[in-house]
Formats: sequence, structure tokens, C-alpha cells
Amino acid sequence: MKFDSVIMGGGLAGMVAGISLQQEGKSTAVISTGQSCLHFFSGSFESLAEPSPRVAELFSQAGIRLHYQKGVRLMPLGSFQESALALEDIDIFPTPQFSRRTLIVNFMGYHDFFSSFLAEGLEKQGIQCRIRFINLPELEPTEMARGEMRPVQIARTMDRIWEKAVQEIRLLLKDEDTVILPQVFGLQDISVPSRIRQALPARVVFAGTMPPSIPGIRTQMLLKKRYQLLGGTFLMGDEAVRAHIHDGVVHSIVTKNLDSHYLEGDSFILATGGLFSKGLKSNPFQIFEPVMGLDVEYAEDRNTWYNPSFAEKQPYMDYGVKTDENLHPFLEGRSVTNLYAIGSLLGNTRPELGSGAGLAINSAFAAVDEILRSAQHDKED
Amino acid sequence: MKLQEYTTSKHNFEECMKCTVCTAYCPVLQVNPLYPGPKQAGPDGERLRLKDPYFFNYALKYCLNCKRCEVACPSGVKVADLIQGARIKYDHRPPKLRDQILASTDFMGSLARPFAPIVNGVTGLGITKTVLDATLKIDHRRTFPKYSGRSFEGWLKRRTKEQAAFPEQVAYFHGCYVNYNYPQLGKDLVKVLNALGIGVQLLEKEKCCGIAMITNGMSAQATKHAKHNVGVLAKAVEKGLKIVTTSSTCTLTMRDEYPNLLGVDNSAVRDSLLMATRLIYEKLEKGAVLKFRADYHKKIAYHTPCHLEKLGWGVFSERLLKMIPGVEFTLLDSNCCGISGTYGFKKENYEASQNIGAPLFEQIRAVNPDVVACDCETCKWQIEMSTGYPVMNPISILAEALE
Repeated sequence: MKFDSVIMGGGLAGMVAGISLQQEGKSTAVISTGQSCLHFFSGSFESLAEPSPRVAELFSQAGIRLHYQKGVRLMPLGSFQESALALEDIDIFPTPQFSRRTLIVNFMGYHDFFSSFLAEGLEKQGIQCRIRFINLPELEPTEMARGEMRPVQIARTMDRIWEKAVQEIRLLLKDEDTVILPQVFGLQDISVPSRIRQALPARVVFAGTMPPSIPGIRTQMLLKKRYQLLGGTFLMGDEAVRAHIHDGVVHSIVTKNLDSHYLEGDSFILATGGLFSKGLKSNPFQIFEPVMGLDVEYAEDRNTWYNPSFAEKQPYMDYGVKTDENLHPFLEGRSVTNLYAIGSLLGNTRPELGSGAGLAINSAFAAVDEILRSAQHDKED
Repeated sequence: MKLQEYTTSKHNFEECMKCTVCTAYCPVLQVNPLYPGPKQAGPDGERLRLKDPYFFNYALKYCLNCKRCEVACPSGVKVADLIQGARIKYDHRPPKLRDQILASTDFMGSLARPFAPIVNGVTGLGITKTVLDATLKIDHRRTFPKYSGRSFEGWLKRRTKEQAAFPEQVAYFHGCYVNYNYPQLGKDLVKVLNALGIGVQLLEKEKCCGIAMITNGMSAQATKHAKHNVGVLAKAVEKGLKIVTTSSTCTLTMRDEYPNLLGVDNSAVRDSLLMATRLIYEKLEKGAVLKFRADYHKKIAYHTPCHLEKLGWGVFSERLLKMIPGVEFTLLDSNCCGISGTYGFKKENYEASQNIGAPLFEQIRAVNPDVVACDCETCKWQIEMSTGYPVMNPISILAEALE
């Protein structure tokens, strides 16, 4: 099967690249090995410090609403982190002292939302907190598998009965100016978070839960939908296993499911993620890129890969595939001229492109621009 | 060493990082609180079962075997194999009479075929459904598949000479459905392949792929079928033939369930076993041409069956359908229809089955197509019964659109 571009990886970087190329009239395929990192997405686009119309447009066309404001956001364990660009349901506050009194509400029996940690963190900021649980018959064990009371299960129920939850919360609310709820709203019906905000007489803040992340899954679904609507071919559950590379040019990709049916393309984008997503792998001797064996930047001495103090910055997080200025990676010291490495696969080898979601988006745009530019160049030749 | 016993499983449960993504995509977990979900039933449960079979949970029977957990898993854990593997290994209760009847698709087919008009009439009656519901716990709200009076095998045998005249040849694993219920699909395949200059041969006596036996606690019989079929397929492969199929589930079963669940080595035949859509697409890509009617117009909504999604080959059906001039194509969202073979026929699963399918049915009604396209026979029964829209295999649509 032949495409203009074959994209390996269906996470944020891969989807942004796929959507952008489809929009420019290119034919693409995205190969996604299982569900992506977006299932762990906080909802805040790290390291995108400037408001970018290009980002805003791409997401709004996919039906994903973003907002931009420099400040801090509330973390799941009650601390705060800097943020600027985020999904609409993720609040950004000018300072951590965003409330005087807060009511933290959780569902009875739901263990993956850390209300007491949140309260502890907020009280450090001088915010008075009260924790209350609500009990809804729709979340009883007879309605939901015990032990599997997870964000998605609750969110599906809440898409139907969020008004009931709002009624319960109204009864609990006393003189608090803010209500904190777990991020389990708006999975299919994306209007739910804003409707809850309108329905309660206090500020509503949605705080993160254990994964999977509901805002993340929603983002993933909407990006995939947009990509397919633009005619993109999304190969779910498949995996690039190797590539045919001759003279510094990738000709085709072999995948696990399509085996002898190769995916051919003019250009290829590798967006398979970092160590967490297995875009990079390690053994006691080396850190390597498993699909093509590309050159990876990492320290030779294994003892320096990690910091024994777990909470400290870990050096291995910086390791990534080596690239030239146009994001072409190297194979045995030689750049592969129709291949682009983007997203977490780069580690911190390209600090100017940012980190996290910012790196994913910036590098995807850079690769897309380069692909379009060289296609234009070929045409003129 | 005990430690080894406790930690080594045929399936890779130790690669699970407990991210719970699979639970987000399990269709059963959303509708049936009795099911512990793929994470608990799969990798979590395996860890305990290896220590003591006492931890085997009989609620694993609620698993649909749709494989959506495996498709979703970012770590490549064989979640569905862990679940079905555990059922094979630990559930030694003899299967119920009902399950044996439902699972023996080819045996029942060969019994019913000679009396097809009578059988079809009787299974359509309300009283029959009430009796079957009361005695066997086969849900009375189900519509039963109709049997055909003439088998596909007989039809193709009568055309052996004619088919042998084509320069290129393939063997066709038609499966129980084409043979006993719906020979038209087989005839459609022959028409399309003939148009490409390919003749179609039968295998030397194929048997049911055995998937219904695997999921109904009859793995010993399934293994017999698997060994038999691998032998039959090998004979075709030795003759240099590719084997095509029109059922995504038969294909997945013979390619993946045989080695992974039944331990039957199919390495000699696996790569030669293809969905017909893939073979046809590859032919067209290499320059072969199908001539389509100029007046063909159809609004088609394509549903990718779960097992085709697991195979990763839905893209071939999708592209073939889009290739037909005059087709207005919609790709339906990735959802399970809920029937999963014999699962939805069982009284205890009927509600869950219909609830699982609801989002798909809703979307089909919203799209309002002329026809729903789908490569799976049981999805077809479920969608036709639940939405009233006709369902056709992409092969039949190709055949209909041919000049």
C-alpha cells in the first residue's frame, strides 16, 4: 500500500503530523501500537509558552477547545505546576491561592482520586477544605464491576446522569467558593464539564485522577475522528517492526499485522515515543531504537543513566534519537533523508523544541513543514 | 523451581504495567457488573492463578473474546489469550447441552440442511423460541440464521472443471456459514475472483474452524478440528495455492487461536491464509482490473468486525469499497456489535449483547445507509436483527457492482 507519508505512532505527535499532512492534501497512514500516551495526558500542553494560532486552529477544527493563560494548574496530589495552554476543562490560576474555601467531592467507593492529598496541598496555600462523598445508585456494585470503578466507567455513567451528581453537590455546598471534582466528565458528551460549571453556584475545578485520563481519551478520540474524516488511514493495534532502508532512504515499512504487505511512502515519520512508549528500548548494555536501529544519544556508562534518588531528575529521560537540523535521524552516522523523528523519541536532544506535549506539537509541525517544502522542491525540479 | 512456576506463563502477563487502558475499551465491562474486566481477568488474575488454580474465576465466561483489550494494550500484553487460555486450562465443567449445540456449527448445519425449509419455518416460530428459551436458555428474542437447502460445497463441486480452466488458482475456506446458511456469499466470491482470472477450488474436506468450541469449553474438539484443518490447508499450500476466506473470525481463529490457544502449530500455512479482500486488493494494486457498472449507486456504512480489527486488515475492505465508483462511503466508529458468535444467543447474555451494540446501532440509524458492509456473519445477524438495515459482505458488494 502506498502513501505520501507513513507515520509510525498514534500519539499526540503522530496525530498532529497526520492531520496537518491530510489537510495539505497528502495521503497518510498512522500506525498505532495500542492506545497512546494521550491516555495519560494531564490536559495541559507543557512547554508551549506562547499562544500559537496554528495549534489553536488544528485543535478547534477537531472539536477540542483550548484556553491560554499564564499561571499554575492544580496537580492530582495537591501541588501546583506552571501552565499556559490547556484543554478548556483544565483550570489555570494566576496564583495557587485561587480560593478561600473549597469543597472537594468524590464518589463513594472510588479510590483513584486523592481527595485528602488535595486537601493537604490546598491547606498549605491557606485554602480551607472540606471533603465529602456522594453516593449514587448508578455507581453501586450491582451496576458496576467492583474493583473496576475507574475513570472511564464513571465517565460513561456521568455522561448520562451528571445532573443527578450536580443536585447532590448542590445539597453539600455551604459557603465554599470552589468545588473540586475528579476529572471524570465529558467522555462522549464533551459539553458536560462546561454545563456542570454553569449549573453550580461556585467555581468548579476538575482535578486529575489515576489514569486513564478522561480529557486525554477524549482528545485522542477527537483527533482520530478528525484524522479519519480528512481521509487518513488509522491502523489501530498494528506495529512497525522494521524498515527497508537503502542508501539513506526508507522505501517501506513492515508491520506486525500486514507482514508481507509493505507500507510504502515518499516520506516516513517516526513518532513512536520515548522509553515509556517503547519508541526507545534498553537492555543492560545499550539504549536503542527498535524499529530501524537508529543512532541514539545516551551516556555509555550505564551507572550514569539513572539517579539513585527516585524523585530527582533522571538522566535517561533526556536520551533520544539523534537528528540533524531537519529532524532527519541518523543510521550508523549517516542521516536518513526521507525519515523524520518527532515527539518524545527525541528525548531532550532538541531542547529548543520544548518538552512533553510542546515537543510533540513543535516537532510535528517542523517535520510537516519540511516534508511539504521538500515535496514542493521536488516538483520544481 | 517453584518461583519459576509462579511467574512463568505462556502468555506475557508480566509485561502489563497496570495502566488500565484495556478496561476503557472492554465492551462487556461497561454493561455487565458480573464481569471482572480484562485487567483482572487477564494479567492480574494470571499472577494469582499460577500460584493456585483456586483463584480461577468462573465469571471469565462473560468475556466476549472480541480482542479489543489486546488491540488497545500499549504494552502488547496478550490479554484475551490470557483470559481464554485460563478458561481452557482451569474450567473443566462439562459444557451444557445448549453450548454444545451452539458450538457444533458444522454438525448442526449438516443435520439441518436437508430439511432446511422445515427447520427455517420451525425456528422462526414464536412457540419454538419460547421452548428453546425455557429448555435450553437460548434467548427467545433472537432471530435464528436461516439454513440453505443446498450446500455451497455441492455448488462448487459441480463447477470443478469450469474453475480449473482459470490460469490462476486459489483454495477457498468457506466455513460453516457459507456452506450451510448463505452459499450466495461463496458464489459472489467466485464471481469476483473469476473476473480477476482466478479459479476457486475447495479444500480437501475442511471442518469448522472451531472458534465456537473454544469459547464454549470444548477445546479438545476444537483442537481436533484445528489439527485436521492445518493438515488440509497444508495440502493446498504444498500445491502452491493461497487459501482465501470470507469470514474474519474463521481467519483469526486459524491464524492466531490455533497456535496461541490450542497449541497447534500452523507455521507452515499461516502466511498463505488470507482474507479474500486482501488478496483482491493486492491483485488490483499490482495492476489487475475489475470493471464496475457505471450505474451503480449505493450509500455504504462499513463496520469493521472486532476480529478483523485484531487482524489489522479492515483497511483492505475499506479501500476496496471506496474503489467502486458510485459508492458513498462512511467508516463507522470502532465498536463491538455485541453478538460475538454464540455469546449473544445465550439467554444470560442477551441484555448485555444488545447494550454493547447500542452505540453502533445508533450510529447506523444516524448514517441511514442503503446497506451496512461487514466481513463477519454473526455481526450481520446482529445488525440486521437490531437495526433492520441489510448487511452485506464487502465481497458481495463487489460482486453486485461488477459489470
